[in-house]
Amino acid sequence: MSGLTQAHSVVAPSNLSRRIAGALVIVYAVITMIPLVWIVLTSFKTPPDSISYPPKVVFTPSLEGYVNLFTTRTRQSPEVLKQLPEPTTWYDKLVRSRNMVIAGPSNVIPRFVNSIIIAFGSTFLAVVLGTLAAYGFSRFRVPLKEDLLFFILSTRMMPPIAVAIPIYLMYRELGLSDTRLGMILLYTAVNVSLAVWLLKGFIDEIPREYEEAAMIDGYTRLQAFRKAVLPQAATGIAATAIFCLIFAWNEYAFAVLLTSGTAQTMPPFIPFIIGEGGQDWPAVAAATTLFVIPIFVFTILLRKHLLRGITFGAVRK
Amino acid sequence: MTEVTAPTVFADRVAAATPSTIGRSVRGLSDRVIAWLFIGPTILLLLAINIFPLIWTIYLSFTNYRANRPNAEVKFVGLDWYQRILGDADVWAAMQTTAHFVIWTISIEMVLGFGLAWLIDKKFRGHALWTTVILIPMMLSPAVVGNFWTFLYQPQSGLFNYAISFVTGIEPSSFQMLGSVRLSPWAIIIVDVWMWTPYVMLICLAGLRSIPDYIYEAAEVDRASPWRQVWSITLPMALPFIMLAVLFRGIENFKMFDMVNLLTGGGPGSITEVASITLKRQAFESWRTGYSSAFAIILFVTVFGLANIYVKALNRVKQR
Repeated sequence: MSGLTQAHSVVAPSNLSRRIAGALVIVYAVITMIPLVWIVLTSFKTPPDSISYPPKVVFTPSLEGYVNLFTTRTRQSPEVLKQLPEPTTWYDKLVRSRNMVIAGPSNVIPRFVNSIIIAFGSTFLAVVLGTLAAYGFSRFRVPLKEDLLFFILSTRMMPPIAVAIPIYLMYRELGLSDTRLGMILLYTAVNVSLAVWLLKGFIDEIPREYEEAAMIDGYTRLQAFRKAVLPQAATGIAATAIFCLIFAWNEYAFAVLLTSGTAQTMPPFIPFIIGEGGQDWPAVAAATTLFVIPIFVFTILLRKHLLRGITFGAVRK
Repeated sequence: MTEVTAPTVFADRVAAATPSTIGRSVRGLSDRVIAWLFIGPTILLLLAINIFPLIWTIYLSFTNYRANRPNAEVKFVGLDWYQRILGDADVWAAMQTTAHFVIWTISIEMVLGFGLAWLIDKKFRGHALWTTVILIPMMLSPAVVGNFWTFLYQPQSGLFNYAISFVTGIEPSSFQMLGSVRLSPWAIIIVDVWMWTPYVMLICLAGLRSIPDYIYEAAEVDRASPWRQVWSITLPMALPFIMLAVLFRGIENFKMFDMVNLLTGGGPGSITEVASITLKRQAFESWRTGYSSAFAIILFVTVFGLANIYVKALNRVKQR
């Protein structure tokens, strides 16, 4: 279809101008990807290679960054090292070649686990609450509907730091400081505004006739919601869930102010991965690479819904 | 696809299932009760985690409470903090810094983002793939972004300094993106532009795609030049979208915290100290809870007020 209309259209861009446009966009895309590619490359460098001048584009790949990320190590004198039994695994050998021995696991796995639990927990809650509320706003006559919807949206306009002070005090009173539950509740509250707005858009598009037909067939309103609306809204719910997941996964301001240890997530933790003699850039890069992989997957899954998600459903594609 | 097949799927489901007995017992619930059961939990959660803290902040802003001395006697100080903030030169400096960042980042992101959208709209081969690639930076965590740009900005070994020196011939270690008074604001602006231009591009692209082809065809018949078409058709028709992008980026950048905290922490000195950083220092480093609460309220009212004025303007443009 598009071929036909383009052939007849007076305004179809010429081949040459299309190629120039393509080339310019590709140049931009390549420049914009360089920092990310550089980080992934750095994660496979040795610490000396990572800070060499001029920057090394060609280097012997090493997993030292990843080993350093997951372990804590101690430096030993050559005499002590000689007395130790020969290292057996590749990571032991790698560490030993730098005159160190592995002392134990690092904090990174608990931080990753926190990120996963908090992101999934808050996403689940936000999507459940958001779906119910969106259905309520979409189908029922609610007094002050417009005001309530605007109120829900406006909670997103507050600077996080402004709400962080009383939340810090409130959590201290309730014993929720630096707990996963506290962070889950907080992220749920932040995400639910997006969830309601997005899902309301999706549910508005499902014809009411489905529920009406179901209710004529003897279903109650709740059954009609469950059997007729939810399956239809599944795509929208999935997209919303991924948006909530990305937000909770990426969030930094609340995490840095309200968590310090037990509930700390990856974003505030990554800058503090320190190695021998300062910042261990390959380990930091390794953490970044592992942290960013899910985001790539999500971006590809979401590409059709991105516009809706970032504009609170104000713009539809 | 799913829309077409869905009704039959649903008909099957209706045929297969019969209403359960549990369903019958709740049949008595009226729509009004259900509406509140559905909306209530969300409203309650937002009241507990957003509105209650906000009200608490308002209360604290009238007191001399300090969060690091929870047992000290709390005294009311009236509008003292508000008066002091409005007379505080540091606060005004931070607000000015914030305004500079907002203006610079939005201007650059708008020009680049609109330009990119305009190019992508020409639908060259592979445009969908490249659009997705361009969108990746805005999906990343600001923490991760701030962190790896710190690495790229290293004066001795960073890729950024090396690239600039490669092009200009200036010694890479002779300029410090994050440590110099002249360059550190630009270091932050560059990262913000890198991260958020895709966002503006996406909204502008939606704007461009919303313009029907026949308008251009009519312009072509009238022999309007390409530049005239951009000026008289593309820009005005895409204006509501452009304004939406300005609104969202403006609100976000007014609250800017993550990137500044990670890249410069407000320094060197207080050159890059935006309002959120001042607020964090007052609240969580100096523990001046009352003062910072009042500042938080002032910031919130500012964002809210500006956003409201802007939304009204936006609606007027949309209705045209």
